Amino acid sequence: MTLPLITIDDVSIHYPLGRRLIGTPPVLKAVDHVSLEIPKGSFVGLVGESGSGKTTLGRAILRAAPITEGRIRYSDGDVDYDVGSLGKEALRDYRTRAQLIFQDPYAALSPRMTVRDIIAEPLEVMKLTKSREETDQRVREIAAKCRLNLEHLRRFPHAFSGGQRQRISIARALVCGPKFVVADEAVAALDVSIQADILNLLKALQRDLDLTFLFISHDLSVVAHVCDYVAVMYHGQIKEQAPTRQLFANPGHDYTKTLLSAIPSLDPDDRHRARVYDPDA
Amino acid sequence: MSLLSVRDLTIRFRTDEGLITAVEGVDFDIAAGEVLGLVGESGSGKSVTAKALMQLNGKNTVYDPASHIVLNVPGQDPLEVLSLRRERDMIQVRGGAISMIFQEPMASFAPAITIGDQMVEQLTLHTEMGKKQARKHSIEMLDRVGIKEPDKRIDQYAFELSGGMRQRAMIAMALSTTPKLLIADEPTTALDVTIQAQVLDLMRDLVAEFGMGIMFITHDLGVIAQTADRVAVMYLGRIMETGPVREVIRNPAHAYTQGLINALPKLDDLDAPLTPIAGDIPSPLERPSGCVFHPRNPTLKPGSRYETEAPPMTEIAPGHFAALFPEDVPGQP
Ligand SMILES: Nc1ncnc2c1ncn2[C@@H]1O[C@H](COP(=O)(O)OP(=O)(O)OP(=O)(O)O)[C@@H](O)[C@H]1O
Ligand SMILES: Nc1ncnc2c1ncn2[C@@H]1O[C@H](COP(=O)(O)OP(=O)(O)OP(=O)(O)O)[C@@H](O)[C@H]1O
Ligand SMILES: [Mg+2]
Ligand SMILES: [Mg+2]
Repeated sequence: MTLPLITIDDVSIHYPLGRRLIGTPPVLKAVDHVSLEIPKGSFVGLVGESGSGKTTLGRAILRAAPITEGRIRYSDGDVDYDVGSLGKEALRDYRTRAQLIFQDPYAALSPRMTVRDIIAEPLEVMKLTKSREETDQRVREIAAKCRLNLEHLRRFPHAFSGGQRQRISIARALVCGPKFVVADEAVAALDVSIQADILNLLKALQRDLDLTFLFISHDLSVVAHVCDYVAVMYHGQIKEQAPTRQLFANPGHDYTKTLLSAIPSLDPDDRHRARVYDPDA
Repeated sequence: MSLLSVRDLTIRFRTDEGLITAVEGVDFDIAAGEVLGLVGESGSGKSVTAKALMQLNGKNTVYDPASHIVLNVPGQDPLEVLSLRRERDMIQVRGGAISMIFQEPMASFAPAITIGDQMVEQLTLHTEMGKKQARKHSIEMLDRVGIKEPDKRIDQYAFELSGGMRQRAMIAMALSTTPKLLIADEPTTALDVTIQAQVLDLMRDLVAEFGMGIMFITHDLGVIAQTADRVAVMYLGRIMETGPVREVIRNPAHAYTQGLINALPKLDDLDAPLTPIAGDIPSPLERPSGCVFHPRNPTLKPGSRYETEAPPMTEIAPGHFAALFPEDVPGQP
């Protein structure tokens, strides 16, 4: 039996909450005893309440958020890492294997760099190419895959709309050939047409490059279409995880049911007020 | 007269590569108590249009002299927004009569000031409230957008909040001054659907309670179906179709609107492939002649009139218009 690419074992992540108090500040359990396996080559969806810890969990897998308790293991057949305790060399290597596509395309792109330089930066920082020609080649290839043209590469990100910027950050995340990608609201800023296009692209890359995705999204219709498995988070905990079809056809947890019932209907005559999930009910 | 009336709005940008047209000949109205949904492909000029209403576009912006944006707040003289020159005159519009929820939540919070301090500043600037009352009101607003423990959250910085909380804090800030017109640019994309539903309820309540008008920009046609009275569909800076929301969603007349609806992932058929609109968005430097959508319109035959002539807005059903020549209106012989 092959190991999952990512094994999250009873992980908790705490942040201090509040600053005006004397003594030890109360902690916020952003992630609270979470366990999850991400099989190699799969597309795993992470959905749930806003503020429930999805981004924090994704960042912890990438070693960008502190792990308070528990263990995260990365194992791609080539290397086997305990993500929480990587040495300097191993961390450098891990950064080429695991990448993030950001939630907020505006915060993510430096305004003073051209699009070409933004996409090339990971290659240059990690010294993955031997010459400028090779870098340019890699940038052009991935840019074309993300449907950015040569003229776009010379421009600065401020001149792009939200959706266009998101394609730039996708190109940037994929340029160094990662095996694992956390896509955090990666298509939220895209219009439905480009969204369909990018999702098809991500699915094609998943197959062609044997990529594994943790796909964080609020758009349940999108998740239903692209993910193999779905995990539902509420208040720092995973409340339910199941193969996609099963979860949508037969939600087990009450929070999942509330979530599915809140998907906005395309029918203007099917308007109703929000149902609020009550964890104590 | 409508609360907001936009006529012949044309917006160009000076760039190193020359003058580019982002918005061309756009007309629309928003009445008090009305929600206009604005949808369209990325780069179609939705945010640029929204920012024009408060003159918030960059320094390289050129508004065509024929453009008019008239804000008509009851009990006040109509205001020609584009002729306001001084920052001082803009204050009555920005954050006063009009509030905007920006597409980029991080950009609207100063990094070194707490959420609360910013909300209080807004309120003391635009309302009669004193500091103490403003803080109380801010906490109430944070509560109304579904932020738990608002009395603690109010003293946090934007970077300490999750994406969705940041967006809600921004919504709370924009709504706290009860503006006459709310411009909401992708206000709910970072929210889970249950919180989104609460925020949409809150907006609908404010529309009913205060007769607030809303311009609601989103890619999510479901959200449009749930909130808008009328919808306008934009492509490359032009309105392709506009009308009552039921009409446009059920009987889309323009190939572009049909393409958008087709591209939606449908929950009732998970095996259906996702179908983007064919072709690429042209570079802003190479704006297509005639109908801007013609190079990507699969229903047109080569040599069609749409390649050279821009079609007029033709009425298809009461209040429902599309950029089509009259002979192409569906249901015509
Ligand atoms: N750097 C930080 N310092 C303090 N608290 C933080 C920090 N980052 C996140 N948090 C808190 O951790 C919790 C989880 O946040 P997270 O961003 O993981 O949520 P999320 O599920 O991604 O939400 P959203 O769907 O809104 O993006 C929130 O309460 C948030 O305020
Ligand atoms: N200051 C500027 N200088 C030059 N071009 C600009 C400027 N601001 C916007 N643009 C261009 O104007 C066009 C319209 O952009 P806008 O942000 O309005 O699109 P949008 O419809 O809001 O897209 P999205 O759905 O992706 O947010 C884009 O091509 C963009 O690159
Ligand atoms: Mg998040
Ligand atoms: Mg925009």
